[in-house]
Amino acid sequence: MNFPVLSVITFTPLVAALILLMIPADRKNETRAVAAASAAFTLALSLWVYFTYDQTLGGYQLVERYDWLPALGISLSLGVDGISAPLVLLTGVVMFTGVLISWGDERPHVMAGIQDRPREFFAFLFVLAWGVFGVFVSLDLFMLFFFYEIAVFPMYLLIVIWGWNVTREYAAMKLTLYLLLGSVIALVGALAMLIVQYQNTGVLTFDMLAMESAGFSQQFQIIWFLPVFLGFAILGGLWPFHNWSPDGHVAAPTAVSMFHAGVLMKLGAFAALRVGIMLLPEGAKHWSWLIMLFAGVAVVYGAYIAFVQTDFKYMVGFSSVSHMGLVMLGFSTLNRDGLLGSGMQMFSHGAMTALFFAVVGMIYDRAHTRQIPELGGMSKIMPFAAVGFIIGGLVSMGMPLFSGFVAEFPIFMGVWQVNWLVAVICSISIIITAAYIMRIVRQVFFGDVPERFEGHLTDITILDKTALVTLCFFMVIIGLYPKFMAPIVQTGVDNILRLLGGS
Amino acid sequence: MFTPLAFASILPEILILIVGMLILIIEPFWKEEKRRNVGWLAAGGLFAAMIVSLIVGRPGEPLPTFGGMIRFDWLGFFLKMLFMFAAAATALLMMDHERLAARGEAYLLLLASLIGMNLMAVSADLIMLFLAIETASIPLYVLAGFMLGDKRSTEAGFKYFLFGILATTIMLYGFSLVFGFSGTTDIYRLAEMFKVGEIAPLTAFGVLALIFVGIGFKVTFTPFHFWVPDVYEGSPTPVAGFLSTASKAAGYAVLLRLFFVAFPGSNLSVAWTTALVVFAAASMLVGNLLALPQMNIKRLLAYSSIAHTGYTLIGVAAFTQFGAASVVFYLAAYILTNLLAFGVAMAFSKATGLEDLRDYAGMSRRSPWLGLMMLTAFLSLAGIPPFGGFIAKVIVFAAGIQAGYVWLVVFAVVMSVVGAYYYLNALKFVYLYRMPNQDEENHPIPLSRPYAIALIALTIGVILIGTVFAPWFQWSNAGALNLF
Amino acid sequence: MDFIANHFLALILLLPAAAALIMLFLPKDEVKLLRWFAFGASLLPLALSIGVWFQFKSFQPGFQFRERYEWYEAIGSSFYLGVDGLSLTMVLLTTLLTPLAILASFNISERVKAYMILFLFLETGMLGVFLSLDLLVFFVFWEVGLIPMYFLINQWGSANRNYASMKFLIYTMGGSVGLLLGIQLLGVLFGTFDLLVLTQRWTSLDPDATLLGMSVSTVKTVAFWAFVVAFSVKVPIWPFHTWLPDAHTEAPTAGSMLLAGVLLKLGAYGFLRLILPLYPVEARYFAGALAFLATAAIVFGALSSFAQTDFKRLVAYSSVNHMGFVVLGIAAAALASGTPDAVIAMNGAVLQMFNHGLSAAGMFFLVGVIYERTHTRNLEEYGGLFTLIPAYGAILIFTGMSSLGLPGLNGFISEFLVVRGTWPIFTGYVAISMAGLFFTGAYILKALKKVLHGPLNERWAHGEHVLTEVNAREILVMAPLMILMLWIGVYPAWILDVINKAVGFLF
Repeated sequence: MNFPVLSVITFTPLVAALILLMIPADRKNETRAVAAASAAFTLALSLWVYFTYDQTLGGYQLVERYDWLPALGISLSLGVDGISAPLVLLTGVVMFTGVLISWGDERPHVMAGIQDRPREFFAFLFVLAWGVFGVFVSLDLFMLFFFYEIAVFPMYLLIVIWGWNVTREYAAMKLTLYLLLGSVIALVGALAMLIVQYQNTGVLTFDMLAMESAGFSQQFQIIWFLPVFLGFAILGGLWPFHNWSPDGHVAAPTAVSMFHAGVLMKLGAFAALRVGIMLLPEGAKHWSWLIMLFAGVAVVYGAYIAFVQTDFKYMVGFSSVSHMGLVMLGFSTLNRDGLLGSGMQMFSHGAMTALFFAVVGMIYDRAHTRQIPELGGMSKIMPFAAVGFIIGGLVSMGMPLFSGFVAEFPIFMGVWQVNWLVAVICSISIIITAAYIMRIVRQVFFGDVPERFEGHLTDITILDKTALVTLCFFMVIIGLYPKFMAPIVQTGVDNILRLLGGS
Repeated sequence: MFTPLAFASILPEILILIVGMLILIIEPFWKEEKRRNVGWLAAGGLFAAMIVSLIVGRPGEPLPTFGGMIRFDWLGFFLKMLFMFAAAATALLMMDHERLAARGEAYLLLLASLIGMNLMAVSADLIMLFLAIETASIPLYVLAGFMLGDKRSTEAGFKYFLFGILATTIMLYGFSLVFGFSGTTDIYRLAEMFKVGEIAPLTAFGVLALIFVGIGFKVTFTPFHFWVPDVYEGSPTPVAGFLSTASKAAGYAVLLRLFFVAFPGSNLSVAWTTALVVFAAASMLVGNLLALPQMNIKRLLAYSSIAHTGYTLIGVAAFTQFGAASVVFYLAAYILTNLLAFGVAMAFSKATGLEDLRDYAGMSRRSPWLGLMMLTAFLSLAGIPPFGGFIAKVIVFAAGIQAGYVWLVVFAVVMSVVGAYYYLNALKFVYLYRMPNQDEENHPIPLSRPYAIALIALTIGVILIGTVFAPWFQWSNAGALNLF
Repeated sequence: MDFIANHFLALILLLPAAAALIMLFLPKDEVKLLRWFAFGASLLPLALSIGVWFQFKSFQPGFQFRERYEWYEAIGSSFYLGVDGLSLTMVLLTTLLTPLAILASFNISERVKAYMILFLFLETGMLGVFLSLDLLVFFVFWEVGLIPMYFLINQWGSANRNYASMKFLIYTMGGSVGLLLGIQLLGVLFGTFDLLVLTQRWTSLDPDATLLGMSVSTVKTVAFWAFVVAFSVKVPIWPFHTWLPDAHTEAPTAGSMLLAGVLLKLGAYGFLRLILPLYPVEARYFAGALAFLATAAIVFGALSSFAQTDFKRLVAYSSVNHMGFVVLGIAAAALASGTPDAVIAMNGAVLQMFNHGLSAAGMFFLVGVIYERTHTRNLEEYGGLFTLIPAYGAILIFTGMSSLGLPGLNGFISEFLVVRGTWPIFTGYVAISMAGLFFTGAYILKALKKVLHGPLNERWAHGEHVLTEVNAREILVMAPLMILMLWIGVYPAWILDVINKAVGFLF
């Protein structure tokens, strides 16, 4: 057996979390260094996973399998396909940048980043990462849930302890309960699948590859698709279940917002795809119109709500709803182009929104306000952050040559094949997005620096810059050269299409 | 009569008795300030007893011993091990309780109760069962009211006593009716009679209802839960922990054996599984909703334990082998988790004398490790991996769905989200809020050695069940197999 | 050498972007270095495109210098470049105007680095539209050009720049959404974005078949209008032109030069490259409407221009007026494609694109020159400046005449061709547009009179506001433009030959 890279990448964050807890609380810089080193190590591993994935072969690769509870057919079976390989990379990237940004600036007049109990912060963050990696690489339904829940609960603490002190208690509770509810409802569906597959095949197994051929009856699929898909889609921020998301994002500390919007929402979308669509394809076909409706509303409504926000972070939060709507929209098409676009959009949005939140955090840490009208001229103080945000904004607008375009374009192509009207209506969001992005760029980054900030604000640190460059790099490289990602996603999409019966 | 096998079937009890006698003998020789070491003796003795039992006392095929009084099987054995582990942990936790620590009789009462519970797990005869229940209960009445002079403890002891007596009396009445109708008290023979229809279903149902009251009191499902919050709150914390875990699990042992074995007839099962489903739903609803406003950690845990009874009942109501296995597994996870929760509460109140959640503010800064343990316990209770509570819930839910109780599982799922609210809310005090002066570093929470050992062992146990769950499930499953 | 010969177009396209990337690493305070670097970098594509011009075989139909690279195969798009006579003319215009615009912006002293980088990116964006033979790549560059322009206006523009840049962006993006949807439709239907393949397959669809639940002709009509709106906003065709005066007026001088000189041509180019080949039937059907709008643009553009008191706004509206002729020629060609008249009209339209590029860029630059000195654009505040700055006056008059269509200069040739070609097809519209042409003369002359003649405004003769003559750099900017104006006016054959053959092959 080759080097078990997937189990190593999954459990590295856990080990890192344990190591972090062993460091004395007052050794803050050592804590950060350990966290950064672990994150860099994970990033390297995730790059390795991404580039060793053989796109000519497709299918599940780097597969590992350890029996866990044979009596119930639970095994720790890991593997990546074309959809999850980019997401593993995304997780590595966001985690690395998130840790860098949380390092912050310790000088008393700045106090950016995480200065209160960094040890616990990073430990919880790494537990979160553990769950996230686990979900992306799990081929076992039980393990998927196991990791899924692990990814949900540290959010509560991360938000409630280090969050924005105005809304953190409310937002953290709301977020956690929403997500828990969604996941346990999906769990009920998954258990139903397990039982039925046992009755059909006589083999008790949570192995998703086996479940794909479990022969669920059409009626069963139609009944259970919605709970499973929507249960996960809550984390994906699908309208009308998106309510937790802007509040949660706003209240969360920067790195957590990055992680949450950047990776966790993908977790929901990914699980909805993997469990909902791939295991219950007939159900997906039956309900795709409803998903499309929800997603379509999310796209346009999210963009509009983002447009009217005056709080910088709320704006970014709602823009996530809109963009994740596009992912769901792509899912709902159930065709090649749409799914391809969704796969790309998951990565693209992850990097983009992580960058957004990073920049928002940098500004808020220094200016202590996020009200757009109160800000201005930030490009003079932190030009690097301004450029980063603009690139992110262009991605968000779906500007060609950035990853957003190569992701959104196929989604719309997919929608065209299903319902042209939806494509036309959703395209409105492009204009709205352009409007709010450009407005915010102008109001926050250009113009004059308000008087009360003169001389008080400092530029971002070199670590912040590194993080921004890393994120921008991926967004630009995919936009310029879609081949970096598209063929890999393509192999994953082919697999889904096979399950859908080649439609 | 005393074949080696018969001896093996009650080996743990014999060993416990020996430990108890040792305590009786040694304790008077120790000076007042050294008497708390009885706890070491009790815990160590129980630990040794477990090891010895595991080596030489393991059951093979299910076997009646002592003329059918006792059933020597895995189910009983596995539960016994759990009870003994719980008792050992409780003994450790008692060691720094200001009122219990130096009182040798407290440990003795604990062991006596433990013997009763062990026998509850293996009783195959109604008379034996009744005796076991009484043996388990009476020491607990005393322990609950142990803190003489403390109004709440006295109230707890008295309340527990009255409720307990009432419930057992009703149950005894049921037992006697069973005997009257059937002429036997052997559960396994009763089962056969039910099968061939020698007992009229309606009669049986009436009798069952009476027995149900007794068991309902033990496992604390709604509507027999009224005593729980007051008793838990008033009893010494370690005793409350023991009540909420081992005592309850022993009730479940009875429930499983009595209903799975004795009354499995198809014409009856519908009626009583329906009853169980209703009780389960009611317990979840009442437990979770009433837990929401609680600010006293013991009351909170009391209501939460009612809710957990509800989850467990799903597995019983499923009425399948898988359901039984899920119940045993759930009990294992729940015993460790809840003991851990009470242990943390005990450690905290030992250092501060406080039990109100609001006083937990800043606890994670005062003692990061205790904070993490509380996190473990509460997240496990909330059913979040990688802790035992998660996998236990999943298995119970799976059993429920397999049996077709989809709506009940959905209800349980919603209720568990409600539960997550108050668990997380408690953690908010621990992790978010600060002490009034924000000087937590000046208020550390020292952990004495017995606490550290007990809490660490429990924490590891909770995590082990939640991650390496295969052996636990196999044991539970092996136990469940014995019922069929 | 072989490498260059094999990758002419890719080099032309990517050199500016590469230079921009290099500039990222240049020190931001070395203003001189930055300016000259950018200027030098923009000369390379010019040299290459002149090379292409001379190697281009105008008698050969189809696209030449084709290059194809993998780009986004997953949805059937490749990086496919190629030129024909039509696009080559536009490429030449772009590569010519960009260095001049950069030279014109040597007076920018604030954040030179960012400015120059944006400019180079802008050049790549514009060139990409002209060079791409893949519909998706076309769209990519179509959109990409917007962003540098937005920032150029927004950051280096004049007082009302926020409003103008936003309006510019929203209008053009709004227009592009239709284009985007149309392109998606085509991509979905055929699984490829190769323009040549698409043209063939799309036009040969059975009009009675159904697509997406509608008849093919309905779908085509909708898609046609989606394309038309996108390009009309860019051209701009009346009534979609309202962003233009604001954007042009507020943009920095060099930005206005490129906006008027090249960006407007993108729209017209879209008509020629996409709409006429893809929608010959619909184009013919709606040609009348298009001609009407073009006439309206000519007339209202001229009238609005005449009414302005702001020099720059006046020039901006003149673009509406001039681009109207381009559209008029296109409309005529659409209605009567294949006839000799149509070819003439089309020749005129393409040449008019080139010419307007020269004259509008020149005019905007000259406005910039005077504005820089006087800090006003109000025509009423000038007056009699000819005596103070005779060289400037001469250049302004020369360029104005070119714009006005004086025989002997380039404007005349193209407008004559358009009118000549369109006359038999849309006699009525041409007649009306001649009235517009009259006003063209009127507003140019009005501008010349207000600026150069009449009583001298003493303010500029003495004291702190004293006017200085054009300097060598400014003459250097104008010289190539004026030479070309004259050259095309006297001897248009060199460029018309290429255009004519390309148009002949196409239509």
